[in-house]
Amino acid sequence: MADRPRPGDPPPSTEILVVGGGIAAYCAALAARQAGAAVTLIDRAPPALRGGNARHSRNLRLAHAAPSRLSPGCYRPDEFVADLARASHGLGDLDLARRLADGSTELPDWLERQGVRFEEPAAGALPYSRKTAFFLGGGKAMINALSRRAAALGVAAHQDTMALRVGLDSARPYRLPLCIGERSTTIDARAVILACGGYQANPAWLAETWGAAADNFIVRGLPQVTGELLRDLFEHGAASTGVPGACHLVAVDARSPPADGGIVTRIDGLSWGLVLDRDGRRFLDEAAELSPRRYSVWGRQLARCPGGIAFLILDAEGQTRTTPSLYPPITAPTLAELAQTLDLPVAAVERTVSDYHGARHPDDRDGGHTEGLDPPKSRRARPLCRPPFAAWPMAPGITFTSHGIQVDTAARVMRRDGRPFPSLFAAGMIMAPAILGTGYLAGAALTIGAVFGRLAGEQAARDVRTRH
Amino acid sequence: MSAPATEPREDSLAEGRRTLALCDVCGFCTGFCPVFRATGERPALTTTDIAYLANLCHNCRACWYACQYAPPHPFAINVPATLARVRFQTYRDHVWPRAFAPLMTHSAAATLVVALLASLLVPLTTLLAVPPERLFASHRVAGAFYEVIPWGLMSALAGLSLGWALLALAIGGLRFWRDTAPTPPRPISLQAWPTASRDLLTLRHLDGGGGGCNDHDDRFTQRRRLFHLALLHGFLLCVAATLTAALYHHLFDWPAPYPVLSAPVLLGTLGGLGLLVGVIGLLLVKLGADPEPTAAETLPADYALLGLIGAVAVSGLILLVLRETPAMGLLLAWHLGTVLAFFLMMPYGKFVHGLYRALALLRHAAEARSSSRTTPTDRS
Repeated sequence: MADRPRPGDPPPSTEILVVGGGIAAYCAALAARQAGAAVTLIDRAPPALRGGNARHSRNLRLAHAAPSRLSPGCYRPDEFVADLARASHGLGDLDLARRLADGSTELPDWLERQGVRFEEPAAGALPYSRKTAFFLGGGKAMINALSRRAAALGVAAHQDTMALRVGLDSARPYRLPLCIGERSTTIDARAVILACGGYQANPAWLAETWGAAADNFIVRGLPQVTGELLRDLFEHGAASTGVPGACHLVAVDARSPPADGGIVTRIDGLSWGLVLDRDGRRFLDEAAELSPRRYSVWGRQLARCPGGIAFLILDAEGQTRTTPSLYPPITAPTLAELAQTLDLPVAAVERTVSDYHGARHPDDRDGGHTEGLDPPKSRRARPLCRPPFAAWPMAPGITFTSHGIQVDTAARVMRRDGRPFPSLFAAGMIMAPAILGTGYLAGAALTIGAVFGRLAGEQAARDVRTRH
Repeated sequence: MSAPATEPREDSLAEGRRTLALCDVCGFCTGFCPVFRATGERPALTTTDIAYLANLCHNCRACWYACQYAPPHPFAINVPATLARVRFQTYRDHVWPRAFAPLMTHSAAATLVVALLASLLVPLTTLLAVPPERLFASHRVAGAFYEVIPWGLMSALAGLSLGWALLALAIGGLRFWRDTAPTPPRPISLQAWPTASRDLLTLRHLDGGGGGCNDHDDRFTQRRRLFHLALLHGFLLCVAATLTAALYHHLFDWPAPYPVLSAPVLLGTLGGLGLLVGVIGLLLVKLGADPEPTAAETLPADYALLGLIGAVAVSGLILLVLRETPAMGLLLAWHLGTVLAFFLMMPYGKFVHGLYRALALLRHAAEARSSSRTTPTDRS
């Protein structure tokens, strides 16, 4: 069944196989290699998309007992753990959270030893961030450094190479069937580290929970993260964490490419305008949530909108309040013409806006609030009257799934019966729901990838030394 | 400006606007250099904003290898190549007199023709005009150079060509400065001058945020910055050598050539060696550079300037070594020819990048001081 190997193909066997291409995969590969193991890394993505969704990331959450070069103030591991507990609504494993917070303290030094560079707040270009540190140039620059380091240490990374199954049916070593483009082959590995993420780019799997709405999701990251190996693990008795179908959604521009749009497609400034669904009706208090949680609040709401679409409408005054956006808004001199351009029912849009104006109570400098309107607009209820009128079409953008596997504090993949699979480890978003539950905490996902990647690499290297 | 609105000009500006607008939304590269923060302060991205930002860019290419939106991504962002095209457009737009703009458009060919003509015609004229017994004599006394080419003629040629070049550069620079002024205008405080001078003389922003430039791939190296520093300071040393010599001549009535251990010769030798090291190093860096973040159509002008500077340096150094031999006369004529070509092409080639870069750095230093910059939003 195997096709003839070609130069550049993965070897037929390896000590440790790392599946994935993001920060977790590279940290695992480097840690295992530095512990003396022979390591092969396979990544489904083509070379240009090397780096997993870490490519679209920028900062990671780090505990530090004292002000550091990278973050002001102090952020003790206990506080990190408390933040994780709050974010996960109690669904997260506290032992893993502690391991994460402790491991995060030594992460900057370790990453810098691998050649990763951070942007220092002293340079003056960064927002104040006590809890996170920023990669100089963002996640792709970080991955470039890790990849260069891995190559220097003799870790072969194979792009465009997909593992179809983990190979849990047969005896050790693991034998994984691989697809390299159109060709198939296998690789034997004494230990396997799974760092291949969730299934946010798999609408069929998401449809099991979301139904047809899943087809409207715009994938913010790689289109290759479809979760076949995660499914394989569940079918072979892996303990699950998080909630099936749960995911992190944000409002993105509906004109974005179907995948890999990253950070720039996100839409902000909804609180300054009105948000109408395709029937021309409001459905949520636009100014209820102003904290960074607003992004995911809107993402979830958009997923429930008919057709998975809604429109942010601002007048000329409101447009001055918003931050720059990727795509210019669709504009028109009147609301009716704007509604026509957007293919919205004109009468419904005009009624919604006149009802809104009728309910406004301008009682503060931000524009006041509404009374007797459903849903209300609790703040920033400015009039929508100065032309030109502008609209951004918005769709739900899926960032990651919150449904994964359980690991122990040695990053071993756990079965439902409470025992670990032998010589099988996991790191990154495939196991992040064990810590985050269905929650989100800025910068935590990268830290989970790096800390558990290192841990999985070290443990896998120890495993192949002691077991064989 | 009312420069002729050709198709490529609009294209390069539109692509510059599209690119920097996306960069402003993303913001990941703010640590590499001032371009991205300065973009945030000019969100309107007018034509003149883009010209200013393009000239603030030192083409270190760190942002290309870090870009999550580089091709084959559908957004196809290529900041270094895009800004290089805009920069070249700035050079063309500010040529004085305007009718000479085609010289900048075809700068490589123009440089080649002028350099060849000058380095052939000056020696040839010398050969025809100076009697062989004087031209091929071994001159060892003060004023020996002027035995071959009379001082008055040499000064007139150099003075007129340099004077013209400086006038053209000054007018171009003033127009660039006026064109790129922010609205509302902001005063340039005195403190901006030392900051801008330091940034220029250290080529600070060729450090890619700390590690250097990306020339060949995503590895950061200091090669380009070091070679460019050799070139820049070699040039400044040569300027100093010339000024010192002028001082000796006019103030102390002590005509060239000067002894090896005199200030003009020491400065000039060091400067010439710096130029040579810089030219060879930068040529090697450019030849080995990754073609993807490169605007290929701007390269001929780069090579032309490097070649011309190399010719000035080589002819000057050879003249120094052989100045007491019979070859001095023709070598002097050749060296003067290359210098003449360099002066003539200063306003019509890549040389102008130094001027616009310096002005952009001054503008940036002034704005960094006077603006109450808004902190970027937390991207979570």
